[in-house]
Amino acid sequence: MGVETEFGVNATFTGTARLSPEEVSRYLFRKVVAWGRSSNVFLGNGSRLYLDVGSHPEYATAECTDLLDLVAHDRAGEIIVQDLAHDAEQRLAEEGFGAVVYVLKNNVDSRGNSYGSHENYLIERRTRMERITETLVPFLVTRQLVTGAGRLHVTEQRATYLVSQRADHMWEDLSSATTRSRPIINTRDEPHADPERHRRLHVIVGDSTMSQTTTLLRLGTTHLVLQMLEAGTVVPDLVLANPMQAIRDISRDPTGRVPVRLRRGGTATALEIQEELLGLTTRYAEGAGLTEHPAYRDVLELWERGLHAIATERLDLVDTEIEWVMKKKLLDSYAARHDLDPWDSRLQQLDLAWHDIHPSRGLVRIMERSGAARTVVEPERITAATTTPPPTRARLRGDFVRTASEHRRDFTVDWVHLKLNDAAQRTVICKDPFADEDPRVEALIEHIRGGGGAHT
Amino acid sequence: MSQQHFDRRGRGGDGEPDADGAPPPTAPAAQSAERDAALDSLLDEIDGVLESNATEFVHGFVQKGGE
Repeated sequence: MGVETEFGVNATFTGTARLSPEEVSRYLFRKVVAWGRSSNVFLGNGSRLYLDVGSHPEYATAECTDLLDLVAHDRAGEIIVQDLAHDAEQRLAEEGFGAVVYVLKNNVDSRGNSYGSHENYLIERRTRMERITETLVPFLVTRQLVTGAGRLHVTEQRATYLVSQRADHMWEDLSSATTRSRPIINTRDEPHADPERHRRLHVIVGDSTMSQTTTLLRLGTTHLVLQMLEAGTVVPDLVLANPMQAIRDISRDPTGRVPVRLRRGGTATALEIQEELLGLTTRYAEGAGLTEHPAYRDVLELWERGLHAIATERLDLVDTEIEWVMKKKLLDSYAARHDLDPWDSRLQQLDLAWHDIHPSRGLVRIMERSGAARTVVEPERITAATTTPPPTRARLRGDFVRTASEHRRDFTVDWVHLKLNDAAQRTVICKDPFADEDPRVEALIEHIRGGGGAHT
Repeated sequence: MSQQHFDRRGRGGDGEPDADGAPPPTAPAAQSAERDAALDSLLDEIDGVLESNATEFVHGFVQKGGE
């Protein structure tokens, strides 16, 4: 599993000189270019960092097999990108711009432009894709009840609180394109692994989440549902008649009770669909022994409690753990304290500040320190993840990148290839994403340490 | 008795004892006061970190679409 996050960039200036967000993004990447001579690099922790379409900084975590590793690596990405923002502020100051740079991990700007958080899951090639998607699409359309980041949507003098950041910006259920059509599941199949055994499931419907527990739930529920489908579990027909209408309607209904039409006729609510899938997934996980893992137990317990909280209108049961509930509580309290209209720009500002990745300014980080937001990984584990790869193929990549950088060797890497750009052009292809040991990579690293790969 | 009044009593939201006469538990009230104080201090801290010009900050946040 892995997560790709596109960040939004904003800056405020003290002087009269202004730069566009695209220009600020380029300042952000000066440090990256100085290190890797490119704005598209792989780092020593196995991740990829690059300047994406639309000048968004993008961080793709290393491939992880452990849920908590992935939560830690997702958070590590925020620290790495925040470090770039800090560096950019200094460079801007040296060039006479008094600027504060804000990097926001959300999915919509103030004019409705959207950018994403893409989840990747490796699935077995032998499972028929249609069997997966017919259950996965209704799951992904309704999971926002427990995984949505929430958004205050303001038009003219009207404010609506949406459960999901991304729901309004999805246009298809399945497609191979991303920018043109923006599907829930992108069918572009780049497994970065042995294509005969695996395919990549690329989910682009998710909200970027700041709350660690919500990130855990987003990745954990989806991972469990996929494993259940791969195991051949029989699931009732939940296919939606109109997934795009359903995802928007559900986002506008924090009660989970709006009926959505099913293809087989009749209707179901998001709560009903989620409860059905929770029941099946829990039984599967228990049977498969997955509930022995504390992280999966946490996922199933919080999933159940989240749905129960919505069903019984007791949102206080999850108001430190489920992001749209946490954010709504904060916005409501803030509006009451300052007697603000629901569309007041200070509330919209609060919604943006929620997603600020700055450690002392970001609202969720402040809430974590006061106990108003539950965490699942220790700060030390997050710090370690900024430099240390998880125990997967990422370890080979990370070790190679770190060694080659330390010895100032010219190299090229992607998710699968490790290549030393010397006369011999030695290349190792790592097709197994689960293998964290490989004698060929060890030999390549020893070769560098022994002076190999140096330019003559 | 109006339906509205009945509903209010039914939810117990107005702080009256439940219909069966059981006294309201005291611990949750104390907890709730503690939570309110925590929320107040959280809102204070948040007020301290927000950029002063909210309108400019919000309207200035315009990106190009991504993916």
